[in-house]
Amino acid sequence: MTGYALRRLGGALIVLFLLSVLVYLLFYVAPGDPARLACGPRCNAEQIRQVQDQLGLNEPLLTQYLHFLQGVVSGRDYSTGTGVLHCHAPCFGLSYQNDQPVTELLSARLPVTASLALGAMVLWLLLGVGTGLLSALRRGGTTERVLTVLTLTGTATPVFITGLLLLMIFCAYLQWLPFPTYVPLTEDPEQWAWNLLLPWTALALLESAKYARLTRSATLETLAEDHIRTFRAYGVRERTVIGRHALRGALPPVIALNAVDLGAMFGGAMLTETLFGLPGIGQLLVHSVRSVDLPVVVGAVLAIGAAVVLAGAVADVLYALADRRVTLT
Amino acid sequence: MTAPLVEVTDLAITFPAGEGARPEDAVRAVDKLSFTLAPGRALGIVGESGSGKSTVAAALLDLHRGTGARVGGTVRVDGLDVLAAPEAELRRLRGGTAAMIFQDPLSSLDPYYAIGDQIAEVHRVHRPDASWRTARARAVEALDRVGIADAARRARSRPHEFSGGMRQRALIAMALACEPRLMIADEPTTALDVTVQAQILDLLHELRAETAMGLVLVTHDLGVVAGSVDEVLVMRAGRAVEHGPVGEVLSAPAAPYTKELLAAVPRVDAVRERPAIPAPRKAVRPAPSAAPAPGEPLVEATGLRREFGRRAARTTAVEEVSLTVRAGETLGLVGESGSGKTTLGRMLVRLLDPTAGTLRYRGREIGSLGERQLRPLRSELQMVFQDPASSLNPRRTIGESVADPLRAAGELDDAAIVRRARELLERVGLDPAWYHRYPHEFSGGQRQRVGIARALAPSPRLLVCDEPVSALDVTTQAQVMELLGELRRELGLSLVFIAHDLAVVRAVSDRVAVMRAGRIVEEGPVDTVYDHPQHPYTQGLLAAVPVLDPQVAADRRALRAVA
Repeated sequence: MTGYALRRLGGALIVLFLLSVLVYLLFYVAPGDPARLACGPRCNAEQIRQVQDQLGLNEPLLTQYLHFLQGVVSGRDYSTGTGVLHCHAPCFGLSYQNDQPVTELLSARLPVTASLALGAMVLWLLLGVGTGLLSALRRGGTTERVLTVLTLTGTATPVFITGLLLLMIFCAYLQWLPFPTYVPLTEDPEQWAWNLLLPWTALALLESAKYARLTRSATLETLAEDHIRTFRAYGVRERTVIGRHALRGALPPVIALNAVDLGAMFGGAMLTETLFGLPGIGQLLVHSVRSVDLPVVVGAVLAIGAAVVLAGAVADVLYALADRRVTLT
Repeated sequence: MTAPLVEVTDLAITFPAGEGARPEDAVRAVDKLSFTLAPGRALGIVGESGSGKSTVAAALLDLHRGTGARVGGTVRVDGLDVLAAPEAELRRLRGGTAAMIFQDPLSSLDPYYAIGDQIAEVHRVHRPDASWRTARARAVEALDRVGIADAARRARSRPHEFSGGMRQRALIAMALACEPRLMIADEPTTALDVTVQAQILDLLHELRAETAMGLVLVTHDLGVVAGSVDEVLVMRAGRAVEHGPVGEVLSAPAAPYTKELLAAVPRVDAVRERPAIPAPRKAVRPAPSAAPAPGEPLVEATGLRREFGRRAARTTAVEEVSLTVRAGETLGLVGESGSGKTTLGRMLVRLLDPTAGTLRYRGREIGSLGERQLRPLRSELQMVFQDPASSLNPRRTIGESVADPLRAAGELDDAAIVRRARELLERVGLDPAWYHRYPHEFSGGQRQRVGIARALAPSPRLLVCDEPVSALDVTTQAQVMELLGELRRELGLSLVFIAHDLAVVRAVSDRVAVMRAGRIVEEGPVDTVYDHPQHPYTQGLLAAVPVLDPQVAADRRALRAVA
């Protein structure tokens, strides 16, 4: 188990390293001059050159990248023109736009994205697994049909349309819910939940059809297995057979897919975040790409990458815990 | 006279045809079947696959309810009209009055829960007032009763941590949990080794003597029935062809079908007439190099060894095996599952690389040859696999499957390939016009014939047959064995015949090697080894083989009980 964790960690570091190289290269070939954008529209050529010097943009690509790595490992000093700013390790640089350390920007936004992703996950599991189970057991029932149509429509509709519809109905016309603004969980749990309810729903609708299909097929598969016949032949109630044995057999793939999806939510929810005005990591990434804010982009991509890689490892461990026949090597 | 425990009258079961099919495609699996079973007695239901025997067993608990099968007639178990019983009463019957055990003990237990908990769950279904604690204690008791050592600890194991025999014991423990009056066993030992089979049958026998429960034993193996039941019902195509006391049916069968079935059973004690190995009459195609003289060593293995896995997970499947296969002879390889016979067989045709040791083919070392140098020899070393259903590509026609090795051997002329594939199909007893049919259109025996035709295609000298008949019914088994014998004589082939069934091996082999835990423990001419086994393991194996005479079976059981 320890050996497995170490190997996974090593693999994760390699992935993140390659990811950072890739992002650096992409930005080097991409159009747009960060210095001009950072300096503002009224800067002249002289001023832009100064900003370029200050940001280290004149150095060769490799040097820039090595400086970046050095910052991650041991911290790094920045001259701001008026003084020296020390950025503690792990330092992913300062934003070109406002000189804020990237780590600070990210850690301010992490709780928002995490709240969004985790809450949405609970909803999509309830909706998806519930629909899947229903459609496995009562094929053709009204409830099952309604739920299937609902989840499929949710998946087929872009999130900015579902989201806008939800906003229009619940915030504008019915006025049951506030227009979402992020309230930290630590400040006011109730407001936190009310404000996030709509974004959660939008994401859950998007994801749940996948879970409904997976749960349905896995449950049907388990129901056809011999051990289900055994429990039926021993007079166990159908309810118990399904709840205790069939669903249990269907869980491992659901757990594995869920962990991966959760990881992907950290970067993939940018549309939802932008639409509902939630200051999350996805939104940060969109802004920084638009303003060619390289350090923030690299930091955000690495944070998202770390979440995905971590989720993959967690999925493996959970799968092995859910199905003891699987051993991690 | 007491009321019968089981009373089946005019049972008829029809499985509807699939959706969209015509109603007349419905399959009548059981037809006009009647029998009774007195309390405490044991009935064997015997038949080949498709005879409807398992369908009958399932009907005793009305397991067909809700599946769409049409069940007619009446079934009474312990006075309850099973087919008409309301759901609640049926549940009380299932497991409470009559408990069922199944063929494949691995898939018949839930892989996700501890074995003790599964037994406890069943116990609580029938004793709702029992707490989880008492139910678990009862489960441990039951496991202990069926001979699971250290039952309190092993009750917490999951099914995959049990061996096949232990799982079947656990299933029996589950059946015992509610002290049923009837046990229904559907092929309970088919997936097990012969020694484990004997243990399980002994256990059932013992439990029956102790608890006076009735037994319905469904099996395809007449030997299993002989020592375990009082009466036998022989089924064919859904109907009873013969029904009577076990001694009578097995020693003086009345129905022609029963006679046929008995004649097809290979006997472990029967000496086979062996014609001297003649020179090959006509080869389907002349082999590329000069044929070896009969008796000349064809394959010689010395100190062969094969390991799997790395470091801590390393296991040795075959260890220090030396053997010789001579031209024109059949070498039988017997052993229980996990003894390494398949690994050894695959090494002999170089499907697996030996970890150590030397392997010579006609005097030339081939154990360490690379794939490229091996290529010209590949066609001379061929293999026939156990499961003809999964070893043929379901998406290719049988003709294409037979033609594949010809193409692999470098034959380019398409017309010649097709002609030869048709010849081969005909040679193994199939209609060459079936060239364009797919494997699912054939029966198990026919598929195995295709597998043999495919192995023969490149004109091999050595054919390793890995359990070629163990998935087949006895009558089909006999036909395939006959075909292999014929081919060997006609083509001057050498055969290595791998099987766990000792009787089958005796029927086809000239010499036999007994494997255990990766090693050959005994080797010699087949009659010598079978009639005068030297190694205690061989003696144990032979003593565990079910015999057809109920009296002898009882004597052997008594002997095993003493031992």
